[in-house]
Amino acid sequence: MSALLTSGDVLSAASDTNDHQALTATLFVLVVLLTVGITFWASRNTKTAADYYAGGRSFSGVQNGFAIGGDYMSAASFLGISGAIALSGYDGFLYSIGFLVAWLVALLLVAELLRNSGRFTMADQLAYRMRQKPVRTAAATSTIVVSIFYLLAQMVGAGALVSLLLGVDSQTAKNLTIVAVGILMIFYVVFGGMKGTTWVQIVKAVLLMFGTLLISILVLAKFGFNVSDLLGTAAENSGKGSAFLEPGLKYGATTTSKIDFLSLGIALVLGTAGLPHILVRFYTVPTARQARQSVLWAIGIIGTFYLLTLVLGFGAAALVKGDAKDRIVESGGNLASPLLAEAVGGGPGTTGGAVLLALISAVAFATILAVVAGLTLTSASSVAHDLYANVWNKQADVTGAQEVKVARIAAFVIGGVAIALAIPGQSLNVAFLVALAFAVAASANLPALLYNLFWKRFNTRGAVWSIYGGLISSVGLVIFSPIVSGKGLDPTGKNLSLLPTSIDISWFPLENPGIVSIPLGFFLGWLGTVTSKERTSEERFPELEVRSLTGAGSEK
Amino acid sequence: MTEKVTPEAHAAYQRIHASPEFARLQSGYLRFVVPTTVGFMLWYLLYVVCSNWAPGFMGTKVVGNINVALVFGLLQFITTFAIAWVYAKYSARAMDPIADALNEEFEKEINR
Repeated sequence: MSALLTSGDVLSAASDTNDHQALTATLFVLVVLLTVGITFWASRNTKTAADYYAGGRSFSGVQNGFAIGGDYMSAASFLGISGAIALSGYDGFLYSIGFLVAWLVALLLVAELLRNSGRFTMADQLAYRMRQKPVRTAAATSTIVVSIFYLLAQMVGAGALVSLLLGVDSQTAKNLTIVAVGILMIFYVVFGGMKGTTWVQIVKAVLLMFGTLLISILVLAKFGFNVSDLLGTAAENSGKGSAFLEPGLKYGATTTSKIDFLSLGIALVLGTAGLPHILVRFYTVPTARQARQSVLWAIGIIGTFYLLTLVLGFGAAALVKGDAKDRIVESGGNLASPLLAEAVGGGPGTTGGAVLLALISAVAFATILAVVAGLTLTSASSVAHDLYANVWNKQADVTGAQEVKVARIAAFVIGGVAIALAIPGQSLNVAFLVALAFAVAASANLPALLYNLFWKRFNTRGAVWSIYGGLISSVGLVIFSPIVSGKGLDPTGKNLSLLPTSIDISWFPLENPGIVSIPLGFFLGWLGTVTSKERTSEERFPELEVRSLTGAGSEK
Repeated sequence: MTEKVTPEAHAAYQRIHASPEFARLQSGYLRFVVPTTVGFMLWYLLYVVCSNWAPGFMGTKVVGNINVALVFGLLQFITTFAIAWVYAKYSARAMDPIADALNEEFEKEINR
């Protein structure tokens, strides 16, 4: 925390010309104080392993619905999607739709059944009828990889964002921000466990919905609540005319880019229900019925939010002008929402503009904190509950207290690793990691989860092959994709791939591997199963069916 | 090594699994989720495919500056909300009472 305060001082001192930066820094500190307070309160109520991993399973459906919203609506959604709409028009909206429709998979096929058949982690549900060690190792590996990818994207984004919002573009400030965010997330997870993390996410979801709604109403009011006028002005001011309101500006260039978009669309819709940090949220409620309520609330909140990002994105295209517009382009779209807030508050240099800019910046900061906390907790839980307690440990039984101790240590290690990777990661374009996390979740986790719930014959080898197969193929294809090498330089001389232009190992034409790796994950799950002679998993299947549908014998 | 279950619980699970009520619960669940999942997936894929390969259709103006692409996108929101709402009603009516009854039987049986 002290790192953050110091960086706040440095930043506000450096920007004495702008009131809003001091105000922004103050609101950031308030967000930090509020979440730290919540964490202290939660730590006093965290005693058992079920408290630490699952918040004592004591949250209501409404609370968990908000927390899911807080966990899911990342900075990539809040800033990224509105920014993509502001710059590429309609194509930015395509993300929102995949992100929302995906929740039907979670609602219909996963949430309730998982709540009834698991305990603390994604692997629990597989371990119910498989050999524990191999499936837990595989599921934990995939959990950690997905979470670290997602975490890195958020932390690098945080570094860039905070320095942009506070108006200081020094590398030291960015590094300090990353370290501060890392320390905060370790603090939330170590002390607050699932209770603290959940409340941080609930508070963030409320702040985010409030901020988004406020700015949207202000935008719509400028157009007399006539959406057609808003769209018309956005198209006109974008300089692209009616093409700005149609699909194709971003993804429609070539057949390859179209197939790439199809691949992304499939990964988005199937990935959500395989994201480990989302799955563990279903364990925080007492019953499957509350898990269903959680998802229903989450769909309402997330859907409303994505509808509002449409207003924010087109609003930014329509209303942000001059220097501010150049800054949106420079930031790759990430500053669209904050600068729109400034514009509807009265514009640069006005008190209203400064207040709203500071408010939206603080909301974005809270968003990042809540998401990274959820990711760190999920990985730490998987290390402690899957790997330590059930794979590495040679003793007969590990107590809950021992597990929680290990989870806390794991949170330190994972947080440290994330900081250590995020600092050098800043020089790379890591935004692709979010889409990759969805692709891995859809290719590695979802096949195993669905087969386990619905296919009697499914067994250990099938689970292990689908998880590792989906994981290795999705990550492997990206290594040989244009993301890593072979894209060349853009007109300004900037390298578009991760590796230097002298190295070209690319042969896979798509940036999104889902269209290949998801079917492959399902295929390997089938192949592994039918080539294995294991039959014990079938004997436990009736139990799993009864338990997952009725809740009989589920964790209380 | 899988999770341990007591012999009483094992017997109760087997008995419930063989009961007609459980068959009714399971078929009621699958009858809803399987066609619905296939339906919304195809509907979503149709939207993605149209966005990619039917620009003329998607660009058609409906009212003012509102075109088919926007309406199609908003319809995805509406169908998502609608399916969620219908599932909530359906599961509360057709599934929850059976699940509760079976769960109660299970509790009684293992606590005997």
